[in-house]
Amino acid sequence: MDDVLIAPDIDYLAVAPMIIVGVTAVVGVLVEAFAPRRPRRGIQLVLTFGALIAAFVVLISQAGTRVITGSLAIDGPSLVLQGLILLIAIVSAMLMAERRVDPAGDAFSPRASALPGSEEERVLSTRGFMQTEVWPLMLFAVVGMMLFTAANDLLVMFIALEIMSLPLYLLAGMSRRRRLLSQEAALKYFILGAFSSAFFIFGAAMLYGFSGTISLPGIADALSANPGQTPLIFIGFGLVVIGLLFKVGAVPFHQWVPDVYQGSPSAVTAFMAAAVKVAAFGALLRFLYVAFGGARWDWQPALWIIAIATMLVGSILAITQTDIKRMLAYSSIAQAGFILVGVIAVNPEGVAAVMFYLAAYGFATLGAFAVISLVRQDGGEATHLSNWAGLGKRSPVLALSMSLFMLSFAGIPLTSGFIGKFTVFEAAILADAVPLVIVGVIASIIAAFFYVRVIVLMFFTEPAEVGPTVVLPSVFTTLVLAISVAVTVILGVFPQPVLDLVEQANVFLR
Amino acid sequence: MIGTGAVVAQTAPLLAPLNAATGIFQYIWVLIALPLAGAIILLTTGSLLKRWGHIIGVATVGVSAILGIIMLLEMMGRSADDRAFGQTAFTWVFAGQFDVDVAFQLDQLSMVFVLLITIVGTLIHIYSIGYMAHDPDRKRFFGFLNLFIAAMLLLVLADNYLLLYVGWEGVGLASYLLIGFWQYKNSAAAAAKKAFVINRVGDVGLSLAIMLMFVTFGSVTFSSVFANAGEASDSTLTWIGLLLLLAAAGKSAQFPLQAWLLDAMEGPTPVSALIHAATMVTAGVYLIVRSNAIYDRTVFAATAVVVVGVITMIIGAIIGSAKDDIKKALAGSTMSQIGYMVLAAGLGPIGYVFAIFHLLTHGVFKANLFLSAGSVMHGMNNGVNMRRFGALRAAMIITFGAFTAGYLAIIGIPPFSGFYSKDKIIHAAFEQSNIVGIAGVLAAGITGFYMTRMIVMTFFGKARWEDDAHPHESPPVMTIPLIILGFGSAFTGMALVYWGDIETWLTPVTGLEERELAIPTVVLEMLTLATVLVGVGVAIWIYRRSVPIEPPQKVSVLTVAARQNMFDDAINDVVAVRPTWYTARFLVWFDNRAVDGFVNGLAAAVGGVSGRLRRIQTGFTRTYALVMVIGVLAVLTALGLVMLP
Repeated sequence: MDDVLIAPDIDYLAVAPMIIVGVTAVVGVLVEAFAPRRPRRGIQLVLTFGALIAAFVVLISQAGTRVITGSLAIDGPSLVLQGLILLIAIVSAMLMAERRVDPAGDAFSPRASALPGSEEERVLSTRGFMQTEVWPLMLFAVVGMMLFTAANDLLVMFIALEIMSLPLYLLAGMSRRRRLLSQEAALKYFILGAFSSAFFIFGAAMLYGFSGTISLPGIADALSANPGQTPLIFIGFGLVVIGLLFKVGAVPFHQWVPDVYQGSPSAVTAFMAAAVKVAAFGALLRFLYVAFGGARWDWQPALWIIAIATMLVGSILAITQTDIKRMLAYSSIAQAGFILVGVIAVNPEGVAAVMFYLAAYGFATLGAFAVISLVRQDGGEATHLSNWAGLGKRSPVLALSMSLFMLSFAGIPLTSGFIGKFTVFEAAILADAVPLVIVGVIASIIAAFFYVRVIVLMFFTEPAEVGPTVVLPSVFTTLVLAISVAVTVILGVFPQPVLDLVEQANVFLR
Repeated sequence: MIGTGAVVAQTAPLLAPLNAATGIFQYIWVLIALPLAGAIILLTTGSLLKRWGHIIGVATVGVSAILGIIMLLEMMGRSADDRAFGQTAFTWVFAGQFDVDVAFQLDQLSMVFVLLITIVGTLIHIYSIGYMAHDPDRKRFFGFLNLFIAAMLLLVLADNYLLLYVGWEGVGLASYLLIGFWQYKNSAAAAAKKAFVINRVGDVGLSLAIMLMFVTFGSVTFSSVFANAGEASDSTLTWIGLLLLLAAAGKSAQFPLQAWLLDAMEGPTPVSALIHAATMVTAGVYLIVRSNAIYDRTVFAATAVVVVGVITMIIGAIIGSAKDDIKKALAGSTMSQIGYMVLAAGLGPIGYVFAIFHLLTHGVFKANLFLSAGSVMHGMNNGVNMRRFGALRAAMIITFGAFTAGYLAIIGIPPFSGFYSKDKIIHAAFEQSNIVGIAGVLAAGITGFYMTRMIVMTFFGKARWEDDAHPHESPPVMTIPLIILGFGSAFTGMALVYWGDIETWLTPVTGLEERELAIPTVVLEMLTLATVLVGVGVAIWIYRRSVPIEPPQKVSVLTVAARQNMFDDAINDVVAVRPTWYTARFLVWFDNRAVDGFVNGLAAAVGGVSGRLRRIQTGFTRTYALVMVIGVLAVLTALGLVMLP
């Protein structure tokens, strides 16, 4: 009987959301292969939105009814974060589906290998070729992200990391405009991503060498059973954490962020900035809390330094940026630092605060990049800050929305960002990390400078003679803006229901 | 002490529960709502209803007055214990322990104030139709007047200090708007600002008193504050009393916050009448009398009230004696008369009733005097300089008659109304202390002097008119209110004593105490009357012949001081204005140099750091990978340092 393979008992309903998205992604690939060209985009849109919405509905209906632990942990944090990833994915997909703002079509190059401005490209676009592979790619990335937040052993976590990352490398290089910048960004992202993955898997091997297991709870048990210190522990821990910190863009593993955010199509940047952060912080939280929660005194000092460096470097470098996408990239680095403050707290309040912050930051980011995609000059996006002067006169509604997102990033009361910062700092104070909070507040003050500068530019500066045009979007981007504004305001004015939700779901199962 | 102990003593039944407002008393809120609605309509409809604006203004206040009279009759038909009503409109503030309702209290004290405010207010409204007939902004003026009335009614009808504070601030706002109504005149704008700023000083006292009450008693309603007043410590009660006195001094123009009142004459004359007679300056007296439960328990604060009252009474009278501007002379007189009331209110149960009594009679005769002065000005091209008046009694006989009634009332010639109320206060003052009593008699004598000076310079002697002056009587819309007020000046005192029995009426709210005096009341009355007649005689003797058109320069020190408002502006300048000015200039300097310098320097520093850090972002993947490796080594070193023993 010993050599009989015992099939694992899988609770399919609990993992159904991931299965739905994953299977749809595979179907999407088949559609690319077999469906005729003209209806392809329509089919992909139906599949994508259908899968994401269905997954979200199943997730909601199953929430709280079943928990599993093993290689995957379906618990409070993973359910909340998966739901958040799905919502962000739905909104990002709307942004990617926008076809009216670029006169040449959507934001993606019909064939990434074609040289920009070449005869081949002209032919492709006049004949109506569209890039539709972005949809299955995006779904694969979503599966990876969902898996990442639920991964309860190091191998699943690594696989999830790769499923998430590989499609993103491709998506980053598919921009129709400024193709070379986009392809350079994709290659940089890929090389550095591979570099960090190597650290991660090397660290996982070290930890396996120490504990004889890859399961996170198993590592925790091994740590409490063997209090003696060996280099295997800190080298393994350090390398795994570095792999995860790379994904959230923490200093000094942040340098890819500005280049990639600037080069990628804005819709993809929005998706990466919002959703990858959710997934990576989910994995980081689980790794730190489940496997190394007992050893927090050992690793907190190192992460303190990283958090402080991340907040300060992100905020300070954003000040001298002249490109709004790069500025938002540094802003996202600084925001990652603020979120790290909540991570380091290692208490349930910290988990709740991080989840709330991710939601607040995610939707404000989606909205900000949606606005960027609408301010255009000569066909492409007008991302130089000088182009934004006087935008408030030309398009007050758009400028007001952008101001709202900036105020939320800066953490001004009555916006979601304020509640996010407040809860994160509150959790840190509960964990006696007062110096961290002080640095956080100082960094917030520095950061407020460049956020408010955008508002000043838009409303209090005379517009240039030949300014950019603000294009009127289709229903897709309009919806994205409306949703982002609504979430930013509601989470700022009436945050209690969401705070209650994240407080109910703030304990990791082992 | 002449007093030989209490003969009659009744303290106010502080715990008497308020009756539920039924019948006509369900409409207490309407008293306030009507003028408020009038104000809102008049101030928000722009040029619409321009021709009917004054009608709306008069009608809303007039209906409130009629409603008030009906309530009075209904209240008089009830027994003395059954005359206080409470009505809760809605919960206003609900925050944990702090729970305040918008609730009204109509008792005997509020009732007389409601009548004074609405009836005198209505007459002033009617008079204003004529006085402001040629002003392009008459509608706005009536809107502000209505706002004034509504705020004052809220002040006297509130059942808690916080709601009272709302009315208090509303009065301050409305007075600011009205004093500065002709804001194109720099002097008017400055006067409005001065009134507002000085009132803010008093308001700070009221807000601190409210906070202290909440901390001490856990509530700010009259009923619970007064019920628990006995449990607070002496020092707390003294502080509350002094803070309330500061508030009262601001609103009632008492020493040392009296400076705004004389400048407030820059407003249109009906405004002066309204501020001086029916509203605003009476608010401080109301506050002190309403808070009698506090002052009864703190001798120190009550004594402070008396001292403030006496000082203001004397300096107001002296200022009134030296002014050539008829309105400013009347303003000095108001300060002095309010000083009488404050003095009486500080005497405790022996004085509360008479403070209110004098407030009522004064409200009528001072409105009469101001409106008469306005009528004179109306006929004299808006001139106010009494040195250019004279011999006007023939030209404006009705105005002269009304002014004479007010004159006899204020100096206290029997049976005019001031005689009854002022003598009661002097009597009560002697019950307390001879010094205070003598001060009261002295001020009565000065009152006789300055009022006689005023009536002689204006209506008698030779005509000293400007060349283009053509004195004429005012139109009926102005003279009819004057006639009514003239009769009021004559008979209010008698009516309140013999028919209204004001003492019995107010006793349930304020308490009453009488002490036997060593000298008979008649002797005291004769003494006062004799002093007044001396004042009258001196004035006639000085001004019997010609009055120089230019004010004489060789005058006594006292006259110089009085012309300068007792150097009040100079004192304020040294004590408050200059220090504030220098502080502000220092702060601006500090802000520009130190704060901005620091901030700008910091910003430049951050920018510099940013510029240098940027250079690491070379754009080369190899650099990024190198930075990552350095980061890995750093992290591992840090972890190793902590984790390895």
